Amino acid sequence: MNILVLLIPISISLGALGLWAFFWSLRNNQYDDMDGHANRILSERYEDAPEDQD
Amino acid sequence: MAVCPACIGLPDMPAPQDVLRSDVLRRIELSLPTIHCAACISGVESRLQRLVEIKGARVNLSRKRVSITVEDTPGVEARLIDMLTSWGYPAKELDSATLARDHMDKTGLYLLARIGVAGFAAMNVMLLSVSVWSGAEAVTRDFLHWISAIIALPTVVFTGMPFFKNAWVALRVGRLNMDVPISLALVLASGVSLAETIEGGPHAYFDAALSLTFFLLIGRYLDHRTRIAARSAAVELAALEVHKVERITKDGARETVPMDAVRNADLIAVAAGARIPLDGVVHKGHSELDPSMLTGETMPEVIGPGMKAVAGMLNLTGPLIIKATAMGEETLLMQITRLVEAAENSKNTYTSLAEKAAQIYAPLVHILAALAFLAWGFYSNDWRLAVNIAAAVLIITCPCALGLAVPAVLTAASGRLFRAGVLLKEGVALERLAEVDTVVFDKGGTLTTGKPRLINGSEIATADMEIALAMALGSAHPMAKAIREFGTRHGIVAADLTEITETPGMGTQALWKGQEIRLGRAAWCGVEAGDISQTASWLRIGARAVRVLLFEDTLRPEAAGTIAALHAAGLEVRMLSGDIILPVQTMATRLGIKNWIAGATPADKVGELNDLARAGRKVLMVGDGLNDAAALAGAHVSIALASAMDASRSAADLILISDDLSQVTHSLMIARRAKRRILENFTIAALYNLIAVPIALLGFATPLIAALAMSGSSITVSLNALRLGRKL
Repeated sequence: MNILVLLIPISISLGALGLWAFFWSLRNNQYDDMDGHANRILSERYEDAPEDQD
Repeated sequence: MAVCPACIGLPDMPAPQDVLRSDVLRRIELSLPTIHCAACISGVESRLQRLVEIKGARVNLSRKRVSITVEDTPGVEARLIDMLTSWGYPAKELDSATLARDHMDKTGLYLLARIGVAGFAAMNVMLLSVSVWSGAEAVTRDFLHWISAIIALPTVVFTGMPFFKNAWVALRVGRLNMDVPISLALVLASGVSLAETIEGGPHAYFDAALSLTFFLLIGRYLDHRTRIAARSAAVELAALEVHKVERITKDGARETVPMDAVRNADLIAVAAGARIPLDGVVHKGHSELDPSMLTGETMPEVIGPGMKAVAGMLNLTGPLIIKATAMGEETLLMQITRLVEAAENSKNTYTSLAEKAAQIYAPLVHILAALAFLAWGFYSNDWRLAVNIAAAVLIITCPCALGLAVPAVLTAASGRLFRAGVLLKEGVALERLAEVDTVVFDKGGTLTTGKPRLINGSEIATADMEIALAMALGSAHPMAKAIREFGTRHGIVAADLTEITETPGMGTQALWKGQEIRLGRAAWCGVEAGDISQTASWLRIGARAVRVLLFEDTLRPEAAGTIAALHAAGLEVRMLSGDIILPVQTMATRLGIKNWIAGATPADKVGELNDLARAGRKVLMVGDGLNDAAALAGAHVSIALASAMDASRSAADLILISDDLSQVTHSLMIARRAKRRILENFTIAALYNLIAVPIALLGFATPLIAALAMSGSSITVSLNALRLGRKL
């Protein structure tokens, strides 16, 4: 059962990583224009950086 | 690049023009209702960004808007709108002040973050619990419980906040709401489990407490999103009306200023075809005003210098200059607003199905848990076991069906309605809509389009119609348009006329083979109006007898079908109009409406609705004019058209964005279906509880059974709710 000491922290930290990614996406307005982002990938125009939105 | 088939053939970018430059930057939001694909996004963005004065342009496809940062020069919005329209993207300006009220959705983020944390914690703890259920013992079990506790306790504190706060608010005023049993279950389950963990006991409910918060938060979020989506759509509708007026300065120049900046005695220019922005007295100009939005009457009023012009009326023929008079208390708009407020206050407060259920449910759950606690305590004298069982009862009876199923049904229904072009402002309105047994329509603008139609053209000699058509060609007057439309439909060729002149507010005159022709009001043609009591125009050809052209309001094409469908569904249909008797009667007969009232003032309409309500009727009011606003606010539930006045739209519960009346029947059907689905979900939840509660009361509810019962009922009711979104 000693392996639990290793496995549980690993699984929890992987979950926490996902949680952090979710928070990051919330804070960066990733859900602001879902249809737009779905369509923008079809555009050939290269965007080096998305314009900041508030 | 993938080109969307609908976008092929859009015009190319025109050569850059000379533009004004400025150092001040400004943000402009434009609504682009037709954009729909990747080509549209880059079409709008890249073309805009090629213009020198534009610093940035970003399309939001979900909201169908573009936000442009541009150097601020006079008339820049109009130029951008013209440019986008010429590229094939019709644009409308959105009032930035109105949009600013639609601030960032903080509550949504607050809830979403909590859903994320609760989901993360619930998954992890569930994983640990599965190990416990599959037979972990002694030290291993305690170890797993301790890790669960470390994850669960802070999570419950953080994610349970929305419930704790609401429960506290209710308890402080001595009431019970749904959040009280939820909070109690969360606190008790966490507390009991912590005690078990410390003691090294076998049962911990951490996973149940966490999945409970997870499910309930999803319900809370759905509820919130429905409201937010409707609100921002309503704000967008309001933002399409830019509240600006053209003011004439002392030196005679014209400037565009926001409505708030207008002071008494300012001179305001109103173009023909525009709505009068504020109450005032005509300073200069003659015209006719269409009062149908205000009073429901379709007969235009002649207006000249010194006469009163009321905000909301449509200026038909000539440009006017209006001197603004007392703003505030005395305006018609203020009187209507007072009526709306009065109607809202007198309206019975409606208790939603969820609230009704919670009123029965919450005390029942508490009594059950308390009884279980006392009975087990005295029976076994083991108070730790008694607390354990009380916690299990609370967890199992926790109102997931109420908290998740109702919002899920309402979200699915409002999504369906939105796709059909109906905006639902508040979920509860859907429950009220399902109860409706009487539908009251306004006439002008609701059942009709508000545009006149020539009805006796075929009875007039073709030669005369040719002359009438020629007279009507140059005019923007609605009746002239109706004559033109009749001409196109019947293939009438305009006669050859010379020296056509239009006198605003009176009519048109011209020469035909040396004879003077006059088309317009009775007095303009030198006759008495006599007993003609409907919208009419007079045509005089030289010395010959005067012909009378009769007009009526055009019925919406779908109106007759809608009324028939409502009758077929067993609803009583009535009509309440501010117009005079004859046109109302004609319209009612044609549509098969037996109950109608003509000449109703706004107060009469409210009074009539109150009478119906006292007779036990649940009335759905459908209207559009300012004179309907109070009635819309006072009715059991109400629908306004998108073309309605601002005050009416904000008073109504639902808005027909597409102005398509047949959606009234459709909405009613969806509402009834949604209500049935809510009741179904309550039944499912009750069945679950009937099975699971005895198990918990008898003390057989292990954490595994609690988890299964709760998740099972939550998932069943959610899936049942989602069926509404798919088929009808």
